[in-house]
Amino acid sequence: MKREELESFLKEKARILRRDIIKMIGEAGSGHPGGSLSAADIIATLYFYHMQHDAKNPSWPDRDRFVLSKGHACPVLYAALAECGYFEREVLWTLRKLGSILQGHPDMKKVPGIEISSGSLGQGLAAANGMALASRLTGRDYKVYTMIGDGESQEGEIWEAAMLAAHYKLDNLVAFLDCNNLQIDGPVCEIMNIKPVVNKWRAFGWHVFDIDGHDVLQIVDTLKAVDEVKGRPSMIVAHTIKGKGVSFMENVCGFHGKAPNREQMEIALKELS
Amino acid sequence: MVNGLEKETVKKATREGYGDALLELGKEYQNVVVLDADLAKSTQSYKFKETYPDRFFDCGVAEQSMMGTAAGLAASGMICYTGSFAIFATGRAFEQVRNTIAYSNLNVKICPSHAGITVGEDGASHQTVEDIALMRAIPDLKVIVPADYYEAKAAVKAAAKIDGPIFIRMGRPKIPMIFNENYEFEFGKVLKLREGKDVTICAIGIMVGTGLEAADKLAKEGIEAEVLNIHTIKPLDEEAILKSVKKTGVVVTVEEHSVIGGLGGAIAEILGKRMPSPMEMVGIKDTFGTSGSPAELINYFGLSSKDIVAAVKSVLMRKA
Ligand SMILES: Cc1ncc(C[n+]2csc(CCOP(=O)(O)OP(=O)(O)O)c2C)c(N)n1
Ligand SMILES: [Mg+2]
Repeated sequence: MKREELESFLKEKARILRRDIIKMIGEAGSGHPGGSLSAADIIATLYFYHMQHDAKNPSWPDRDRFVLSKGHACPVLYAALAECGYFEREVLWTLRKLGSILQGHPDMKKVPGIEISSGSLGQGLAAANGMALASRLTGRDYKVYTMIGDGESQEGEIWEAAMLAAHYKLDNLVAFLDCNNLQIDGPVCEIMNIKPVVNKWRAFGWHVFDIDGHDVLQIVDTLKAVDEVKGRPSMIVAHTIKGKGVSFMENVCGFHGKAPNREQMEIALKELS
Repeated sequence: MVNGLEKETVKKATREGYGDALLELGKEYQNVVVLDADLAKSTQSYKFKETYPDRFFDCGVAEQSMMGTAAGLAASGMICYTGSFAIFATGRAFEQVRNTIAYSNLNVKICPSHAGITVGEDGASHQTVEDIALMRAIPDLKVIVPADYYEAKAAVKAAAKIDGPIFIRMGRPKIPMIFNENYEFEFGKVLKLREGKDVTICAIGIMVGTGLEAADKLAKEGIEAEVLNIHTIKPLDEEAILKSVKKTGVVVTVEEHSVIGGLGGAIAEILGKRMPSPMEMVGIKDTFGTSGSPAELINYFGLSSKDIVAAVKSVLMRKA
């Protein structure tokens, strides 16, 4: 595929994910649009281009793994899994409803393609470490991708896991930091500053990339560059906009965990058409 | 009838009682300090933050650090209130609460919200059904589960006067009022809300209102239930419970928590030792929660007044 083609292909996939996010959360009447929308370009690039995986065989032992450490953003992941064919699209509209496989936060026992249950922030990176270590024991040559939030980075366990990954030289581990500058109570820099975050990860022994998390070609190139990194884990600090793609949600803290109402849903879907 | 008992039509959440009590405490005590972990809107501590910004510290998404910070503030003469979701305050930060706060017997009030399955749509990861069990097992930590907005508010205020660590469990949903603003919270005392001779219903938290509803239904069938509000689970008012059970002979416990280690466990511990009696437990039956609306989940997990009525009938069949 030519670069321009790849770019428009991934942008189109990201647009589909964003539409589905809005529809799912709108139908559910609750959920987390902000951090789902900010992650859509990264998730699209991973699932529709970069990762080796097979929707028809979710437990294929050699598949690449993805762990959504910031589990509240699961609508973006559910949308990607449905688009890949892990389950029927109709299931998306049951999000958060009683009896649905699509729980408010990911449940690996219920959803094909979910590698680990998450939702309690700070825990996913350590679980990704475990999967990356396991590949050494099984001799299987897969990569483990994960995504953490910038608010989530305040959890101590993130830094415990950061140390472990570097200590064991987990070069098959790649983490994204969805740096959208907002958490629930306000801007990350006002609530509990995590800056200078690139330097922190470098100091912890990681190879760090600093990119625009909405530029799909930059994401593609960075993931390729990551494959050359040997002897240490990689952190991709992705600068994003919370609520990206929906004008009235962009950079608005209040849409962290609030569903759009009917009218807002219609406007949002129009903007994403 | 109990002073301060009232049926109101407005509904409020217990966490709103926390937020409003903090405002009053901030005025009354210069050394009341409030911490939160990026959930100030959910816990309602944002009101204190707006009014007393100098005495409010957001710790970010870092519950363990928050509990440690609270311990240090308390060791330096502050009365420190901490908020988060119950799962994270008692789960993630369990050992900070146990070792740095409780073992040191420090003046920290742990008042997290969103306990139980009525968290609703967020699902099992956010629904604690084991927080009471965890907190109750820690020596020197007092445990309170308020039944409505007014009891929550009164308990949070009372906690400032009691030296040492206290856990107060708050919930997310708006629920009917049982009390009014004249309600006087008596720490450590069982509150009898309804007199009866056939069965003792011991209830806590949002299930107290449901227990009263069940007692109304039972009365129509000629069964007189005594309803006890066990707002203080630790220390437990053993004598008041035994007195009631001596009269009725059978007990049903009702809680929005696992039947393991919570109210049911606590009552079974004292009855087994001092007055073995037939007992039924209405609560979460050793299972994780799930996504759904709070009202749906109440039915799904068998926590409705109908379920209490059924439990009462089944325990009555075992009455000697
Ligand atoms: C351990 C834990 N504490 C608190 C929460 C509640 N919570 C859910 S999302 C969130 C803010 C997360 O901010 P960030 O990581 O920046 O997420 P994003 O902006 O990508 O949505 C919080 C505090 C949680 N899920 N887990
Ligand atoms: Mg963020």
